[in-house]
Amino acid sequence: MAERVGIVAVAQTKYQPNRDEVNAGELVWETIEPVMKEAGVRFTNDDGDGDIESIVTCSQDFWDGMTISSMGVMSFTGGHHATEDKIAEDSLNALFAAYAQILSGHFDMVLVSTHTKESMGDRSIIESAAFDPVMMRPLGLDFFIAAALQARRYMDKYGVTAEQFAKVAVKNRGNGMKNPVAQEPMNITVEDVLKSKMLVDPIHQLDTKPISDGSIAMILAREEKAKKLTNKPIWITGVSNCYETHYLGDRDLAECDALVTAARRAYKMAGITLPAKEIDIAEIADEYSYQELLWMEGLGLCGRGEAGRLIDAGVTQIGGKLPVNTSGGMLSGNPNVVAGMARVAESVLQLRGEAGERQVPGASVALAHGTTGACGAHQCVMTLSNK
Amino acid sequence: MTERTVEILEDSDRFVFPWQLAIPNTYPAGVVGSKFLIELRDNKKIKGIKCPECNQVYVPPRSTCKYCFGELSELVDVSDKGTLVTYAVSYEPTPVQPVEGTPVIYGIVKLDGADTGFVHMLGEVDPKQLEIGMRVKAVFKTKKKRVASILDIKYFKPLKI
Repeated sequence: MAERVGIVAVAQTKYQPNRDEVNAGELVWETIEPVMKEAGVRFTNDDGDGDIESIVTCSQDFWDGMTISSMGVMSFTGGHHATEDKIAEDSLNALFAAYAQILSGHFDMVLVSTHTKESMGDRSIIESAAFDPVMMRPLGLDFFIAAALQARRYMDKYGVTAEQFAKVAVKNRGNGMKNPVAQEPMNITVEDVLKSKMLVDPIHQLDTKPISDGSIAMILAREEKAKKLTNKPIWITGVSNCYETHYLGDRDLAECDALVTAARRAYKMAGITLPAKEIDIAEIADEYSYQELLWMEGLGLCGRGEAGRLIDAGVTQIGGKLPVNTSGGMLSGNPNVVAGMARVAESVLQLRGEAGERQVPGASVALAHGTTGACGAHQCVMTLSNK
Repeated sequence: MTERTVEILEDSDRFVFPWQLAIPNTYPAGVVGSKFLIELRDNKKIKGIKCPECNQVYVPPRSTCKYCFGELSELVDVSDKGTLVTYAVSYEPTPVQPVEGTPVIYGIVKLDGADTGFVHMLGEVDPKQLEIGMRVKAVFKTKKKRVASILDIKYFKPLKI
């Protein structure tokens, strides 16, 4: 068996709607400093003394309003002390890159940092620029409108209902009440969701996540180093990603083939054959409430069209057989890009037994999912274990 | 790059700097994409492209097949009529919408003769009357207003039979 890579330190900011009082670098520093202290490590110098040899960052140029957005936070991430790489798309891919860097044998320890201040930009304009500029962008599509097209198709093909979507919003915002870093925890009912403003039919205001600012940092290390630095290393056991075709009309939006592929590869690496049984907790990107259900199906946690019944039966609640988004999810407030590492941050806390009021007793295998683009265009899946 | 002003945050001695990046770009429509746009402009025709290996017709046309990865060149006519696969009704105005006012209705239409869906807007329809599976037809802009753009099609409207 190949050598393992462990997550040895994690820090996330409290997610907030508008951190105007700090710049992007200062927001990043709020999580870099704690992970360096937690692991008790410093950057490697020219003589080879020190620990961190590489830094992988993940941010998005349009959200930062800056070409090469990692440069804007460089003096806070330590990019000027080490090998530096910036990864596009969701930050789960940054962990994937750091993991691969360590397994390549080049580095023993890598610092990973992600940030987004959604308050700095305009969601609709930024998302619109992701579409093919000739065939789709002139129509004024953004990810929200695309999500509504997908939600409707999913409802039509599999009979999933607006009430079932609303139950996801209720559950996740409720879980957020138990998470001190959640931005918008709420004690709400299905009726509250269905009565909230219809923004892009079939998606209501409370089916969506709030605008959010935040950063996360993590330190990853080769097995032998990881064991020296912490007595609770969390191991990355499987990871993969995959793309959908770009033109929305090419896809059956009720399906998520890229996610199925990414999950299959990640499970194979991890030796997971029955994901619903072997996984104790799942953190799934839920920018829109319907997505938690659709992605659960793509992740093979249930059959196609079955996720609605699982939310009805309470299977995915804390205390259920397969708790999903104990953190409160993106619906409780995570920025884009940061969201995937927020899924891992919660997974690490759960697997360390440090998730406080929302702790799932005995959780030892976690699934973290991140996605980028319209209707889950790019999908990344990671499995983690404390054993 | 446009104007720059400085805003002082309320009850604070910190500043935010508004700045609007304006980045001029040109986007080639490509070999088959250009032909598609010319047909919209000149003949009010919607062209697809066929993969003879996989027997698939893609709309809009593109130069490679997503299944066999082969190079495609066989442009074919597809109908201006089709079936609504899904739709979304946007009640919130966005800075990028191409038409005035709300709601803006988006849809994916499976055009007769095509194997893929076509993404566009819907018009001349009450959102309450929208139904997946309904038959719709392309409404083109007048000749003067057609400029070889995806927006040479104004929208799709319900086909009344």
